This record gives sequence, structure tokens and C-alpha cells, in this order.
Amino acid sequence: MALPKYTEPHYRIWHYIYLTICGAVFFFLIAPLFVIFPLSFNAEEFLSFSDGMKSLDPDAFSLRWYKDMIYGTKNPWGLAAKNSFVIAIFATIGSVILGTVAALGLSSRHMPYKGLIMAVLISPMIVPLIISGVAIFFFMAKAGLAATHTGIVLAHIILGTPFVVITVTATLSGFDHSVTRAAASLGSDPVNTFMKITLPLILPGVISGGLFAFVTSFDEVVVVLFLAGLENTTIPIQMWTGLREQLSPTILAVATCLIILSTLILVTAELLRRRSERLRGINR
Amino acid sequence: MSSETKQILTTDGIPLEVSLKKAERKNKIKAFLLVAPLLFFLIITYVFPIGDMLFRSVDDKMVTQMLPKTFKAMENWDGQDLPDEEVFAAFHEDFIKLVEDKREGKLSTQLNYTKNGFKSIIKKLRRASKKFEEGNYKEQIMSVHKRWADVEYWRAIQRRAPEFTGQKYLKGMDMYVNEEGKIVSVEEDRRIHRVLWLRTLEIAFFVTVFCFLMAYPIAHLLATLPMKYSNLLMICVLLPFWTSLLVRTASWMILLQQQGIVNDFFVGIGLVADDNRPEMMYNKTGSYVAMTQILLPFMVLPLYSVMKTISPSLMRAGKSLGGTPFIAFWKVYFPLTIPGIGAGCLLVFILAIGYYITPALVGGASGTLISNQIAFHMKSTLDWSFASAMGLMLLSGVLVIYWLYNKIVGIDNIKLG
Repeated sequence: MALPKYTEPHYRIWHYIYLTICGAVFFFLIAPLFVIFPLSFNAEEFLSFSDGMKSLDPDAFSLRWYKDMIYGTKNPWGLAAKNSFVIAIFATIGSVILGTVAALGLSSRHMPYKGLIMAVLISPMIVPLIISGVAIFFFMAKAGLAATHTGIVLAHIILGTPFVVITVTATLSGFDHSVTRAAASLGSDPVNTFMKITLPLILPGVISGGLFAFVTSFDEVVVVLFLAGLENTTIPIQMWTGLREQLSPTILAVATCLIILSTLILVTAELLRRRSERLRGINR
Repeated sequence: MSSETKQILTTDGIPLEVSLKKAERKNKIKAFLLVAPLLFFLIITYVFPIGDMLFRSVDDKMVTQMLPKTFKAMENWDGQDLPDEEVFAAFHEDFIKLVEDKREGKLSTQLNYTKNGFKSIIKKLRRASKKFEEGNYKEQIMSVHKRWADVEYWRAIQRRAPEFTGQKYLKGMDMYVNEEGKIVSVEEDRRIHRVLWLRTLEIAFFVTVFCFLMAYPIAHLLATLPMKYSNLLMICVLLPFWTSLLVRTASWMILLQQQGIVNDFFVGIGLVADDNRPEMMYNKTGSYVAMTQILLPFMVLPLYSVMKTISPSLMRAGKSLGGTPFIAFWKVYFPLTIPGIGAGCLLVFILAIGYYITPALVGGASGTLISNQIAFHMKSTLDWSFASAMGLMLLSGVLVIYWLYNKIVGIDNIKLG
């Protein structure tokens, strides 16, 4: 981004202003996340930096909130974490299967009413969450699935499939259909062709769609708030209750764990994206 | 000529045209069968329930079914003076039945929506009705409370006779049907919903503007920097994007509290006095700041993906043809980024207009949006039909925005990262 030597002074000044603005925006984006790390190691019960922390006194830091998160007697985090993972995993599996199969159909050039069907399939992503929440709640209440894991998993499949449909359709748009025809002409049946030829080629798209679906489910709170009973509590619900009632440092310990988790997901998603670009021969 | 042309036959002796059509249809069915599981799943669990919301929002059968005889008797009542004994007797009969089924509480809640003051007089009526003697129910009911002798309350009951009503939609806009059947606004100090609609639009609009102003420069920087730097900076955009919404809201709650770091900083540079720290959370400021940061990645990603495709030589060409960098930017670069701007603004605006969690946590009373009101009626007052009506009003607003966007920019131009 170095400026050429002949740049006039006022453009030079403007350029540095521009860089400063960019720096400030990046700071605004990322800095709030880093407040949580140090405060989660606070030895005291307050949510601001104590004098000890400011002078980096080792006694001012402790792991007590992490211990509280794991061993705390009344802490619901264990149950919530278990529920969150179980629900998110099943919702991801459901979304990936339904979404991938639907994307295969949608990218066939024979598909009738493509536009209309696509609009229905991605509507849960477009409709504001609160409305989806109300509608899904009415359905689950009628079906007797409110306050059950099944109900929440189904709800999250609804919210997760649009991401899978979009990412897999995008991957399939660069897909060379002659390879499946070649497989068929060599005597492979459609299922075998899909497993051996199509799936390995579209796998990056499927996995990144799955990651979206997983995060959507794992982080979803609006719909779960309508659906969950006491036994179905999830991490987002516990965070929500905690943030509404009293902000305890235990929440920050949980938040730190969640940030680490999202970093892992980010790394996976980035690696997949690059692999997929390499496979599709996009070199930028 | 066509009749003379010999039809091309396949080896089976079937005309080629027919055979091709058959194959085509087979392919169509095959493609549709692949989409069918998800399509039907969504139709049953998602599309129908939204239709159900529409039905619920206008459904008013509850009272109709609770007071069948009363409404039948009221058909002969002109609504001018107090109804006569026939109506009172029918009402008494319906009411005794409701008390037996323990449903009179529901009736009082429902009637209270129409006119305040029904709750207490229905409670009184239930107690008194145990000692009622047969005959002359008009006198007996009217003696329970003076409101039972007020024709206004009987008119209120009569207004609940139809099975369908649009009054929930009117209530969502702070209007109602008055005694003469005209649609009027409620008194100025009770217009809570209009304020909420306007505030929702205002916050969604300004959050979109702020996001655009902040995202444009950094998307440009990310798109023009060499790969190895831009990948590193991209993490600053993607990490918040993948991080839990509640975690990000929590960090703003820590930053913006009165003893928080932002306030400490302002005191430190002498902007505000230590004993006069401004309230930055539980008001509009809180909603603005937190929502802008949370929605910013949704603006950066579409802008970035569009800017990435713009060749730098275009700007150089603009400059070499005599434009200053500013003119080259404005005449060449900016118009090319419009699809990205459109996609980003649409995405952010629609996400912001339906926002619920962040305003509820950092918005306080003056920073809450229409979604919070919908959730409140779903969970606290249990007025589900009103929640449905407001949800559908919000949904139709969103659909109008989509339609406008499709007209102006085209929905195909949306790119997701």
C-alpha cells in the first residue's frame, strides 16, 4: 500500500487519514472481544479492571470463575453445554443432509419453478428471527414438541438449511457435470456416483455450510427462548438469563471459551475456503 | 411441408420428439424429488405456521364461542339503550356455563382487551351469581356493579360478536374502532406502538448508515492490500462474525457500563467529570453502538466480494485520462461497487429491523424495538393474536423492502462473502 514517490502532498495526507480511519474501524470491530479475556481471570467479583490488574499484580488474577463454571454447585453450564452440543450436532446433520440433497436438485437445469422454490427454501434466513420464532413456536406447540429436544433440533434444522443450500449450490455452480455422466457411462449407479464422485468434489461447500448450520444452532437464542423448558436449557439461554439478571464473571469465563471455539471454527472455515478455491482452480 | 417431413424415430420406433419429452419429464421429476424432502419439511413446519399466524391474528372466535346465546339474543338489540331481559338471561346462562368450566377468567381477559374495567366486574359477577334467583336477571346483574348497568359495556361485549376481526392490526398502529364504528387513534399519551415502529425504522436506518460509512473504507483496504496482509486483517472482520452474538453483547455491556472502560477513558482524557459519568447503556446510544459493531461484518463481506472483482487498472485508466484520484473514484470506482452497497445495506437493514437480543440487553426502555414488543406479548401477556398481527406487519414491511430492492438493484446481485 506504499504510495508512489510522485504523490502530491495533500493526497499523501488524505492517504494517511484514510489509513487511520481504517485502523479505528478495525479496532472498533475486534477490541471489544479482547476485553473479555483479562476480565474472566479477575480475582474479584467486579466486571471492571481492579487496580491490581492494572499494575499486573499476579494476585489479582485467578481461575476462580473457570472453576465456578465447571464445579459450581448451582451452575447450569454443564447441562447447558451438553444440550447445546447435542442439539447443534443433530441440527447440523439434519440441515446438511436435507440441504445438500435439495441443492443437488436445485442445480439441475431441469428443475421446474426454480426461483419460487429457492425463495421458499431460503426464506428462514430472510424473515426476521422473531417472526420465525413465533411461527415455529405455534407449530411445535400444536405438534406437542414444545420444550423437547426434538422440537428444538427441528427448529434449528429450519434455520440452518438455507446456509447449506446456498453454500452447496454455489459449489455446484462450478461443478463439471460431465464427470457424473462419465461415471454413469462406466456403469456406476447414481448413489455410487454421488458418493465416489460428486460428494468428494463438493465436500468443502458441504462442510462450510455445515459449519454455518452448526454456529446458527449453537448461537441461536430467539427461537429457543420460545421453545425451551427447564431441561432444554442451552448455553445461549443461560448467557441470556445471566446477562439479564446479574453479570457475573462466570459468564465471562464461558464467553472466553466460546471465543476460543469460534476461533477454531473460523480457522476451519478459512482452510476449507482456500482448499475449495484451489480445487476449483480459482487463483487470485 | 411439416406433414411431409418424415418423423425421426428412435430405435424403439417411438418418435424422437416424444422420447425426448419423456426423458425431459423424467429428469424434471428426478430433480424435484431431490428438493421435495426439504421443501415439504419447510412447508409443514414453517410456511403453514406463518399462515397460521395470519389466521390467529384475525381470529376472534374465542369470545364468540364463549357467549353463543348472548350474541344470538343481541341480534335483536339496536345498541341504543340497555338490552332487555332476553339478552341478560342469555348472558347469565352462558356465564354460568363458563363458571362451571372455570373459563370465566379467560372471558374477562378477552373482554378487557376491548374495554378496560371488565376484570373486576366479572369477578364480582361470579361471586354474586351463586346467589342469583331464577328470573329477572336484568335487575340482578345490574345490581352487582354499576358498570353492568352501563350500556357502554354491553356495546363492548357486542363488538366481540364477529368471528374475525382486524382490530389487532389497528391496535398495532395505536388505532381502534370507537363506539360509532369509526377508526380513530388512541389518545396521544398512549400511542406506544407508533413510537416503537418509528424508533425501529430510525435505529435500523442509522445503523445501516453507520455500518456503510465504516465498512466502505475497510472493505476497500482489504480488497486492495496484498493477500498476505489482507488475510490477516480479514480475521478482524471474520472473528466477530463467527463469535456468539451474546458474547459480543456481553462485551459491550462491560465496556459501556458507568464504571466501564469507555467511561474511564473519557474521564482520563478529561472529556467528562468523574462524578458525572454519562449513561451509555440502557438507552438508544447502547443500541446504536452495539448493533453497529455486531452488524458491521454483514456490510463488509458483500462490499469486499464486489470490490475484489474491480480491476485496479480501471482507476489507473481514470487517472491517466486526466481525472484527479477523487474524480476517478467517484466516476469509476464507486458506481462499480453499487451492487455490493445494495446487498450490504439490505442485509444490515433487514437484520436490524428484526433485532431482539441486543436491544433487550443494552437498549433499556428507550432503546427497545418492535421485536421486543412482539416477544413481550408472546411471553408475558400471552396475547398471541396481537403478537401475530405485529409480526405479520413487520414481515410485510420486510417483504416490501425486498421488493423495492429487487426493482432497484436486482436480487441476483446478493453475494454472501
